[in-house]
Amino acid sequence: MCGIAGLIHRKGTSNVGQEMTNMLQALKHRGPDSTGYAIYGEPEKNTYVLRFKVAEQEDLDKSLKMSDEIKRRKDRVDETLKDLGVTVSELEDATEYAFRYEIQYDGDMQKLADHIEDIQGAEILSIGASLELIKDLGDASVVSKAYGLDDFTGTHGIGHTRMATESDVDIRSAHPYWAYPYSDIAVVHNGQITNYWLMRRQLEREGQRFVSNCDSELLAVYVATSLEKGMTLEDTLKKSIEEIDGVFTYLVTTKDQLGMAKDSMAAKPMVLYESDDMVALASEEVAIRAIIPHEIDTWDPYDEEVRVWQA
Amino acid sequence: MAGVSSSHDMGLHVEPLKGRDIKTMFSLENEGGYAYVFAPDVDFNKRGSVDCEGKEATEINGEIRELIKSGHGSIVLENPGAKHSIIVGILHRANFIVNGSLGYFGCGLLDGPMVRISGRVGWSFGENMMAGVCVVEKNAGSTFGAAIRGGDLVCKGSVGSRTGIDQKGGTILVGGDTGAFSGFMMQRGRMVVCGNAGKNLGDSMYDGTIYIGGEIKDLGVDAVPADLTDLDKAWLTRKLTQYEMMPEKGVDHFTKIVAGKQLWSYDNLEPSEKKLVL
Repeated sequence: MCGIAGLIHRKGTSNVGQEMTNMLQALKHRGPDSTGYAIYGEPEKNTYVLRFKVAEQEDLDKSLKMSDEIKRRKDRVDETLKDLGVTVSELEDATEYAFRYEIQYDGDMQKLADHIEDIQGAEILSIGASLELIKDLGDASVVSKAYGLDDFTGTHGIGHTRMATESDVDIRSAHPYWAYPYSDIAVVHNGQITNYWLMRRQLEREGQRFVSNCDSELLAVYVATSLEKGMTLEDTLKKSIEEIDGVFTYLVTTKDQLGMAKDSMAAKPMVLYESDDMVALASEEVAIRAIIPHEIDTWDPYDEEVRVWQA
Repeated sequence: MAGVSSSHDMGLHVEPLKGRDIKTMFSLENEGGYAYVFAPDVDFNKRGSVDCEGKEATEINGEIRELIKSGHGSIVLENPGAKHSIIVGILHRANFIVNGSLGYFGCGLLDGPMVRISGRVGWSFGENMMAGVCVVEKNAGSTFGAAIRGGDLVCKGSVGSRTGIDQKGGTILVGGDTGAFSGFMMQRGRMVVCGNAGKNLGDSMYDGTIYIGGEIKDLGVDAVPADLTDLDKAWLTRKLTQYEMMPEKGVDHFTKIVAGKQLWSYDNLEPSEKKLVL
């Protein structure tokens, strides 16, 4: 089933970490397996935030030596960053296996991503000037607490509560998906893509890589590839409805935009609230009520509807 | 069923079927067969309220039933907070006022009550309603009135996709627009949309009537336009006036959509047999 949610503030920043947690916790019943956030803070000049993990949560139970292995993998990441000329200005270990680095780097982003992910168990969750992508097993309150998201200030964000149907219960298959190797683009999705393998092979032939077998990852790669070719987000979303088969509603964020697209059958839910100050969307209205408790006017976007909002 | 003087008072009706036959679907002689044995005797002047704040659907519905058991015929719900599955399975007359919005599957499986909602409702509102009236003041989600068999289901705003999917009777009234696949597999009853309709309107319908006041994106398989008769206009006028939804330009501009083809086995059934199979 899965639940998705997104919000964007049109007039400045807000406590989007806490707001997204409230929205996602209200959607817990749609998917308790994992929770993920893609939230956008205030960027610092010449600084990227790199979030990555070097193991799955379940790996910790597999071997008594896993903690040592995780340290070895992290050391290899540090060495790789040094070799690539990356300066790490700040380092946080959110959990034993997931890390947040603030880095300065002006080289090829794809090379950076490929070299890090060449290390066994290492996976980049996001690289962005303002994007921070956090995902882990458990509900929103668990993930928010573990990663300290309650104090996160920013302009917009998207999130996902997952009921695993197409792939495993692990962080790798959790949403959101960062659009490798392009910074600051993330996607959450509710639905099933029925021409996944056809589309994936096309994108792989163009040189794109996939880290999971989750159909939602396709959307992230698809959107990023289209944006890289110079298309606008709105045109990209419209094209996706023509080219991607299945039933889906998905949300996309860039460094300053939030977009949504709904398939031609309108088979997956989405409720929308829009005001002069903010836009909030979710699979169910209860999620919007979690941040706006008073009576509001909301509506369901129609089939093939595409919307894009600016921060 | 004290105070009932005709079958219309029970929310039941006489329905013409394709001009071939007019059949009284229910009659007062059979009234006993349609009353639920354990239906409580409620006083409509006795008003109770439920504050939904911080409560689960089960708890809220439980409080509603307790109020009904103690004879409350009018119940007000405060702070519903778009929660799901509220006011479901009420099988007798009662009045409900909802101050706020409901989530998914609100007012499902109703048979008799009158519900007024000041906010909006989520997916599958009023599904499988047998009789009664539900009025939503704002917008509604998709599958509004799925598989309803009787009563009036009213949304004064716009509704999502697949409105009245599998509709088997009753009336759906929409003040605004409706999305794609509205009237999908419609089998009986009437749907009125004052605004526009999305693609595939009336797809695979094999009976019933759809009236659209605005533009129709396109018609589905088996759905065809028909002449809007004086009888249609009179009925539309009465219904839209009743719920204060009459468009400024009246009803003459409405497009009437009916089933162009019928399933052979269904079309050859007598009306009473249709009632049995639906």
